[in-house]
Amino acid sequence: MNFRRRLVDRALIGLSIATVITAIVPLLSIVYDVAAKGISAINVDFFTQATPLANTPGGGMGNAIQGTLILVALSALIGLPIGLLSGVYTSEYGSNWYGSTIRFLGDVLAGIPSIVTGILVYALIVIPLHGFSVIAGSIALGTMMIPIVSNTSSQALKAVPNSIREASTALGSRRWRTTLEVIVNAKGAIATACLLAIARITGETAPLILTSGISTNWFTGVNQPVGSLTYFIYYFAKSPFVNWQNLAWGAALILMVIVLGINVAVRIVTRGKRAYS
Amino acid sequence: MTDNQGRTKPRRASRAGADSVFRFLTLVFASSITFLTLLYFYELLTGSSLTLKLGPGFITGSTWDPLRGVFGALPMLYGSLVTAAIGLIIGVPTSLGVAIFISELAPQRLKFPIGFLVELLAAVPSVVYGFWGLFILAPFLTTYIYPYLQRYLGFLPLFGGQIYGVSIMSAGIILAIMVIPIISAISRDALQAVPDSQREAAYALGATKSEAVGSSVLSYARSGIIAAIFLGFGRAFGETMAVTFMIGNSPVIPSSLLKPGYTLASLIANEFTEATTKAYVSSLVEAGLVLLLVTFASTFLGRLLIRRLIREREAATYL
Repeated sequence: MNFRRRLVDRALIGLSIATVITAIVPLLSIVYDVAAKGISAINVDFFTQATPLANTPGGGMGNAIQGTLILVALSALIGLPIGLLSGVYTSEYGSNWYGSTIRFLGDVLAGIPSIVTGILVYALIVIPLHGFSVIAGSIALGTMMIPIVSNTSSQALKAVPNSIREASTALGSRRWRTTLEVIVNAKGAIATACLLAIARITGETAPLILTSGISTNWFTGVNQPVGSLTYFIYYFAKSPFVNWQNLAWGAALILMVIVLGINVAVRIVTRGKRAYS
Repeated sequence: MTDNQGRTKPRRASRAGADSVFRFLTLVFASSITFLTLLYFYELLTGSSLTLKLGPGFITGSTWDPLRGVFGALPMLYGSLVTAAIGLIIGVPTSLGVAIFISELAPQRLKFPIGFLVELLAAVPSVVYGFWGLFILAPFLTTYIYPYLQRYLGFLPLFGGQIYGVSIMSAGIILAIMVIPIISAISRDALQAVPDSQREAAYALGATKSEAVGSSVLSYARSGIIAAIFLGFGRAFGETMAVTFMIGNSPVIPSSLLKPGYTLASLIANEFTEATTKAYVSSLVEAGLVLLLVTFASTFLGRLLIRRLIREREAATYL
């Protein structure tokens, strides 16, 4: 093999390694910077106090953490059941044109920008209710979860070997009983799919700007606006006030711990298997 | 219930009833996806009907002045297209390099950890990308990258003039980082689906590793890679928070990539809650409609390509 070709080969392999480094350095930098800047904002007050005024020492992100937890929990109540049953249809009953259309539309819907979902829910919920509210934010996030959960749970169910379905049918079970058997069999993968969807929407900001709004108060009711970690990060980070910026770094750290924590935990548990994303 | 030979008969009627009820229930929930798809288009079309009626001024006009009631979003359309293009110009080669490394070059024990780290990039919330971008990446770029870019490429008007940390270029770079996990994951799938006979044929002809990848593997995986680019474009065009932090939110078409601009998505994020007049709200919903149409079309095409590939692959395994 001549020298020039070997040199080109080495150079291209080197280039490929360089791209891997280019891709991973931002991740490491984000994790490092958020941890380094965020950790100094974390103390007991951070979790127990509400967001302070600008240039006022003290305070915390307690109301934002509470808001995010409530929004995520309510949106999961909306998005998970609908998404799961939709996934059951496309996997177990959807071997027809309609099933494949829904699978396809689900993939496409999952690619629609979240801010557009914000506009949709603004028109449908915020305007009729005359203002931002927890319920509007939860519906926006829940709407985003439906196609994600439908697709990933459908894949999880499809991965269940047909022998389970055949065995169940052979024992005389009706179709719905067989389907239940399949769901039980895929429960690990389905839990994974749900957790990843929850992690994904926990980090959403854009739809919340148009739906749940922002508030420095603790939760006062589902028909009232509520603060969230992500919206406060956006709001505080763009402010010129140092105490707000510091709290934003702390909030970013908590958010990263939740979101990356779920992702890392899921990948470790399902290591070796193909992760659903 | 027993038949005339004393055997228990299954209660067919009621069980079949439970069956069809359950099937119908799942069908209803699955139909929520069809319903949602139609609802997106319906709501955004009706929400923007006021300005849609006024004709194409929204996408051809370059003056955005809500106080005077002038809503020309050409600068935002330009910003969305150019930042997404920069994201792809930087992101696609990088993603391909990553995909090639994981699929073709990496030793077995490195495949999982590297693939995992790159996938984690997709899990970082976009608001954190924006925050980090504004405080860490933008200062780094203005100190270490943009001055050199200007020194060597400054003869092009695209890189001329004063350097800003928040700019079209900075937004494009943050988008490049954000599309890497998507494009590299799908490209990797496409590369791993290339049959080994392709590689073996190249090696048999005396090809080096990179020649084998370049000549026979990449061309075989071409439509998968094109699909990945479509999906990456959809993601970049509609990305909101990270871009809102990085682009500077200035409603003009800047003379240089190193100056602030605006995108359709950040326009909505910034101004929707402040929109007071009906025409203002309608214009912002129209921005959402443009986002919906472009991302829907691009994701649709990408998914269509992937679906066709999967079908071909399934057909090939039965040959």
